[in-house]
Amino acid sequence: MTNLVEVRNLRIEATTDAGRIVEIIKGVSIDIADGEIVALIGESGSGKTTVALSLMGYARPGCRITGGEINVNGKNMAALSEKQRAKLRGTDIAYVPQSAAASFNPSSTIMEQVIEVTRIHGLMPPEQARKRAVELFRALSLPDPEGIGARYPHQVSGGQLQRLSAAMALIGDPKLVIFDEPTTALDVTTQIDVLKAFKAVMRAGGIAGVYVSHDLAVVAQIADHIVVLKGGEVQETGTTAQILSAAQHPYTRELLAAFEPRPRQAHADTDAGAKPLLRIDNVTAGYGAVRDNGLPLIRAVDSVSLVVEKGRNLGIIGESGCGKSTLARVIAGIHPAAAGDIIFDGKELQRAAGKRGQDQLREMQIVFQYADTALNPAKPVEDIIARPLAFYHQLDRQARSKRVDELLDMVRLPRTLRYRRPSELSGGQKQRVNFARALAAGPKLIICDEITSALDTVVAAAVIDLLKELQRELGLSYIFISHDLSVVEAICDEIMVMYNGQRVEQITPDRLQAPSHPYSKLLFSSVPKLDPTWLDGLVRDPELVSQYGHR
Amino acid sequence: MARVAASPRSLLGHSYNLVGVVAALVILAWTLIAIFAPAIIPHSIGDIVDDDYFGPMRQGLWLGSDYLGRDMLSRVLMGARYTVGISLAAVAIACFSGVVLGMVAAVTGGWLDTCLSRFLDAMNSIPSKLFGLVVVAAVGSSIPALILTLAVIYIPGAYRFARALAVNINTMDFMTVARVRGESTAYLIGSEILPNIIRPVLADFGLRFVFIVLLLSGLSFLGLGLQPPLADWGALVRENIGGLPFAAPAVIIPSLAIASLTISVNLLIDNLPQKIRDRDT
Repeated sequence: MTNLVEVRNLRIEATTDAGRIVEIIKGVSIDIADGEIVALIGESGSGKTTVALSLMGYARPGCRITGGEINVNGKNMAALSEKQRAKLRGTDIAYVPQSAAASFNPSSTIMEQVIEVTRIHGLMPPEQARKRAVELFRALSLPDPEGIGARYPHQVSGGQLQRLSAAMALIGDPKLVIFDEPTTALDVTTQIDVLKAFKAVMRAGGIAGVYVSHDLAVVAQIADHIVVLKGGEVQETGTTAQILSAAQHPYTRELLAAFEPRPRQAHADTDAGAKPLLRIDNVTAGYGAVRDNGLPLIRAVDSVSLVVEKGRNLGIIGESGCGKSTLARVIAGIHPAAAGDIIFDGKELQRAAGKRGQDQLREMQIVFQYADTALNPAKPVEDIIARPLAFYHQLDRQARSKRVDELLDMVRLPRTLRYRRPSELSGGQKQRVNFARALAAGPKLIICDEITSALDTVVAAAVIDLLKELQRELGLSYIFISHDLSVVEAICDEIMVMYNGQRVEQITPDRLQAPSHPYSKLLFSSVPKLDPTWLDGLVRDPELVSQYGHR
Repeated sequence: MARVAASPRSLLGHSYNLVGVVAALVILAWTLIAIFAPAIIPHSIGDIVDDDYFGPMRQGLWLGSDYLGRDMLSRVLMGARYTVGISLAAVAIACFSGVVLGMVAAVTGGWLDTCLSRFLDAMNSIPSKLFGLVVVAAVGSSIPALILTLAVIYIPGAYRFARALAVNINTMDFMTVARVRGESTAYLIGSEILPNIIRPVLADFGLRFVFIVLLLSGLSFLGLGLQPPLADWGALVRENIGGLPFAAPAVIIPSLAIASLTISVNLLIDNLPQKIRDRDT
């Protein structure tokens, strides 16, 4: 045996609630050499996490490993008993989950949880384990490596927690670490620190890794080999350079194409005197007790002003917690502003949605990030889309049904989907239904709150294209809120950068290369590029990082 | 417990298991008996048909006779009418009011929610038997009074349950979407929330039905429920309690009737048919 991991013809089956057996992994073979990092990429549902978990001999509830060999370090994980597998987990193979925040126990200290592995396997005395943990904290460039172990999980940031979960995985000196989308939930500025730390530790220890992700740019930075999965089958394998420069398979090309800067839509530029559609002046909003000056204790949005012109798009970008989503809710009236004016289509709007007129509500629609929670799971698609038609336009049953068909056509969904429930749709389809409901109202302005963030790269690109097309046809304006610069860049005429509740800069996409505000500089330089040497070559101004980065 | 049952089968896009079917059949049987009791009882419930009291099971008196020598079979069948009927009416009132109030409180929030919650919490803190005792002492025992009393006792529980479920649904984005669309409270609770909580609410309905059957039986056992010669199952147990030393069927049968109904309802709730989401079969 030459390789650390040799997966041969792996097959995994799942049983549905009707007792039907579905093959979800159809004969996958993967090799990983010692000290090599292999990335598994593919859209959601492609089986990448299932394959990664099978390396630990684990199949999720309802799934069964039915065929093939999973040789890890000379042992066939598929054939071992559960007890034997448990012995290897944590010592030979370790796992870093997607959401570290959900994987830590909030009621015990970080140190206790990090050294738990050594206790379970009896690897070393607790004193030695603690020392080893502190070394790992230092290697992962965590702040205050001596003291951070005494804290509780809620006392550290998301990026730190993700690195701490890597420390937990590494403490048993594994030969193979499985990373399951470890940076997907992080901001770009944080993602860089985490990626750098992972890469340094893995390289120093000569540890092999499996990196599951759908973000090709992230994978390009950390992986030696890339395996592209789709529909439970390997589509393409190759070194990172091969895949990036000479992809063979159409799906891989599609993934790469989603990264290419798309030509922006040339707007038949509205004349300079065009009336602004939406204008907000010095809006302040927040949470907590209201103080004497009428402003809330914690200001999530602090004196922000912006203008959206008819038929043009405004992008709002910033890291999580910068107040961009609160701003969207303030404009929509879901979270009434504490101060400031909102002028929509020439008329001043009430701050609370409940006091606005029906037409005002109709003309401004908001689309939320998670289509899962934005669509009522108990209703079929047609009822969801038809409700605004009945509510705002008083259409009768027949007219509604006809309009639902038209709206489904508009968002490029097959008409037969109307009878399905949201749970029976894919993520991209759900987001389209979500959007069709907003269109049904007949709005002038649609506020899109991170609508592509929960979607795969390829699906997100398709949704953005759809939005552009609809804008051309219907003359809509969008406010596009995102933490993903490339998305905003593709669709917006103006980009507003927010930091800590304040507007720090407003620029046009043409001038993206030359932002003037230091935070914008940091943010824009943190967006991963496809170039595999990007991360190693990245030099960031340490002063900027210490000022704005959340380490 | 119930999970041990036979492997699931499927019918009309739902999967169900054996325990659930048996429980449903028992409930169906008792319901039919409650409806048709007057037509099928062999003797009038007041007639003394046996020379002896606490007579054994024998031909003609299939379940023996009670402490006055009346036919036990007729009395149990007629008892089903009162037990099932009164409990059903009470649980319907309790759950309807409780669930509607709970959803309104969750959607509206603010002072309405606070006032309703505190008031119903206070109601909840009154021991149920004591409350029943006081009401019967004040207004006397009649079927409408019993139904209302039982309903009032179980409204706070239904309210709490529905509110807890509705509060979770209320935080979903589709509720926000509906609100900024300008929808009324009635639409929000009826069309957005109810379809999402209907399954647990129905399960709660069944559970509460069981509680009410037991409370009604308890009240009747104490002599506060139906008054003679009418008798529900609880009253039958009480009036025949003297037969216990003789192992008379008169005291055992009504107890078994109570047990069979309440356990069946419980098992049915645990084994409701599951809708199959996998459509590709």
